[in-house]
Amino acid sequence: MSDNPFSLWVYLSQSPLLWLTVTLLTYAVADAVSQATHRNPLANPVLHSMWIIGAFLLLTGTSYTTYFGGAQFVHFLLGPATVALAVPLYENRKQVTAAILPMLAALLVGSVTAIVSVLLLAQAAGLPRAVVLSLAPKSVTAGVAMGISESLHADPSLTAVAVVLTGIMGAVIVTPLMNRIGITDFRARGFAVGIAAHGIGTARAFQVDAVAGVFAGIAMSLNALVTSLLVPLVVTLLVR
Amino acid sequence: MIASLSLILLCQLVGEVIARGLFLPMPGPVLGLLLLLLLLLLRDRFAVLARGPLQGDGVENASRGLLANLSLLFVPAGVGVVQKLDLIAVHGIAIVAVLAISVLVTLLMTVGTFLVVSRLLSRRRSAP
Repeated sequence: MSDNPFSLWVYLSQSPLLWLTVTLLTYAVADAVSQATHRNPLANPVLHSMWIIGAFLLLTGTSYTTYFGGAQFVHFLLGPATVALAVPLYENRKQVTAAILPMLAALLVGSVTAIVSVLLLAQAAGLPRAVVLSLAPKSVTAGVAMGISESLHADPSLTAVAVVLTGIMGAVIVTPLMNRIGITDFRARGFAVGIAAHGIGTARAFQVDAVAGVFAGIAMSLNALVTSLLVPLVVTLLVR
Repeated sequence: MIASLSLILLCQLVGEVIARGLFLPMPGPVLGLLLLLLLLLLRDRFAVLARGPLQGDGVENASRGLLANLSLLFVPAGVGVVQKLDLIAVHGIAIVAVLAISVLVTLLMTVGTFLVVSRLLSRRRSAP
């Protein structure tokens, strides 16, 4: 072993163990920093884990495919986590049924706005058609968005990146934005960030307020449902 | 713990089978969510169902554990940005700007709609 330390790296860099450890460790550190800054929105743990791991892959010349070999175990849990949203929904069913009409109205307006705005803006910015299509489902949770992207024959891996960027931006701006415009109804605040910024926004909402978190979780799961129905329709109407 | 995780996976699996089998446009995990919600509601109605993971907060605790670390689950997809560096060099600024404006508009429209509708309803309710 000592005559060739490089062979150890070659072995480890191909094993899922290393990349799973890197993912969890980096996130644990980024999350600890976020906690130490009292959950400052700019200390978003996903944002910082993303560039730190990305830079590490580039520096070591590791391909994303190799990295994903380890990270897939974490990625896989997106599906079960979506199912798990049934629990906060169940536990807060009274509050949810009491606010069912505002929620349904906001759901419809919000998911249409999310899809239409991104398609119009992306076309106005002159982005290529494949990119425009890949951005369309960016406001729903990653697993669902990648599925929609596939059915549009767009690029699911670009969609995943757009989803994560959208989530981070939503999570970063929601608290300052809502405080600035003086919204104190945490049901509405949570619901909005769940529609606009799916799971990353929902995670942010749970940090700020428990009620906001529940409404964000509901918004995110309802939006996954509605967006998968709406995107194909809006795309045929708006994208040339 | 294992039984609770199995129940969550089972809901997702059944959701996936239904969605693919019937060519439904909605994703399997979302159907799985509806299925688990239905199970929890039925458990309150019929005591027979309150066993295994559906008793003593079993599936509830497993779900809370998953959701407590929700944002971690997005990290692997986010790191995928390293595959897209050439695209980002060309269109990165436009893509980020488009996404940022879209998020801002969506947040404002959603929060606005929610508040307007809930205020209209409470006014109607308080009026005779």
